[in-house]
Amino acid sequence: MTDKSKEKSTKEWKPKIIAFLCNWCSYAGADLAGVSRIQYPPNIRVVRVPCTGRINPFFIIKSLTSGWDGILVSGCHPGDCHYISGNYVARRRFAILRDLMIFLGIEPERLNFTWVSAAEGERFAKVVRKTVENVKSVGPNKIFNKEW
Amino acid sequence: MVRKIIDDIEKSIREIAKKLLEEGKVDLIIGYTKGSIPLRSGPCFITDASQTDMLVWNQSCDLNLAKYLAKNDDRKIGIISKGCVGRAIVHLIVEKQLNKENITIIGIPCEGVLNRAKIMIEIGDKEITEANIEDNKIIIKGKDFDKTLPLQDSINQLCITCHYKIPPISDIIIGDKKPEKPPKDDFKDLNEIESKSSNDKMEYFKKELNRCIRCYACREACPMCYCTLCFVDQNKPVWFGKSADISDNFIFHMIRAFHVAGRCVSCGACSSVCPMGIDLNFITRKLEKIVKERFDFETGINLETPPPMGAYKFDDKQEFMMEED
Repeated sequence: MTDKSKEKSTKEWKPKIIAFLCNWCSYAGADLAGVSRIQYPPNIRVVRVPCTGRINPFFIIKSLTSGWDGILVSGCHPGDCHYISGNYVARRRFAILRDLMIFLGIEPERLNFTWVSAAEGERFAKVVRKTVENVKSVGPNKIFNKEW
Repeated sequence: MVRKIIDDIEKSIREIAKKLLEEGKVDLIIGYTKGSIPLRSGPCFITDASQTDMLVWNQSCDLNLAKYLAKNDDRKIGIISKGCVGRAIVHLIVEKQLNKENITIIGIPCEGVLNRAKIMIEIGDKEITEANIEDNKIIIKGKDFDKTLPLQDSINQLCITCHYKIPPISDIIIGDKKPEKPPKDDFKDLNEIESKSSNDKMEYFKKELNRCIRCYACREACPMCYCTLCFVDQNKPVWFGKSADISDNFIFHMIRAFHVAGRCVSCGACSSVCPMGIDLNFITRKLEKIVKERFDFETGINLETPPPMGAYKFDDKQEFMMEED
């Protein structure tokens, strides 16, 4: 592949990112970003979950092995969880899963985790921009050469 | 010297088992017995004091006997426990899977068990007909070959880094060793693989896991895998394929590792039963490291600390959290 065509292919490649957003904070935050007409990259596909604690590690592993380029998990800020402690539990799970995935050779840039509240539409847009930037820096997901 | 210590332990195991059964303190003794092929051992379940001569103890006793304790068993059970078996029992008690009152832990000092996969790599595909373990070497005999291997090279990787040679909690203890505070673990053995690039790591694990035939022996041997319905057997929903394809294998091993995080006692049973000789010890060690560094937790050391995946703290480390800039 010549340099020129390589450049062209990376230019054309748009990352597909799966975002798991909690119903009570981040999903409402994304909604606020939408109604406030804040621009952010169209690379995310949102999955609404009742709480980040609902996220089975299977969701994340399955997404990555079936070809998604990156994942974003976002929930309520500490102390704000609608179910009191769901986000604390999710944080522990994600910490272990992330360490394990990095150990097995998945780039850390693909695994993004953050808190966004229902009032932070602006922040949500920033988070998406940062996520897309992160995923773009490591390129397409070639773990099992599956494409969406 | 080492041989003599091991033989002495075997003798005391038999004596104690006999005494406990005769006095009626236990209804059942779970211990190791001779396997059907050389360098293998199996579990044995003894209810009669006259059968205690079946019990053995040597460096081929690599199974974790805690696997054979059932949740709703009302019998009084005595169990021969090396360090990792004792830790597994303690953790199962913490997870409320076992009743402490019913179990008598007979602690034995263990200096490491053999990893059969390492020996098989040395001798290739030949069949072993006879094996003798001596002080610091193993003499292996088979059809048309004869080989002597140094014992130290064939010891399981996890046994070399193990700090719990005897169970931290036990009812009876054989020998005069006492549980002591372990030295700080620096996880140096992981450095080599951790310093590789993501791509190289992925290639390495793909190569290893590609050999997996999905027999689930690792799950069957693991004392912590006690779910009545394992995720691999679920068909509503079907999470991933049943083929031995690399992507399915990868998902299986990753979820299996995740499920034992904070619960794994590093006994190495999963890799020693693997028919394909896949080295799962790296993953086991990494889990140990993650849990130690993140939550300062070691599995099966005491009966009070809750398992890390069953608890949370407000100030857990969250260095991976994305910051807006």
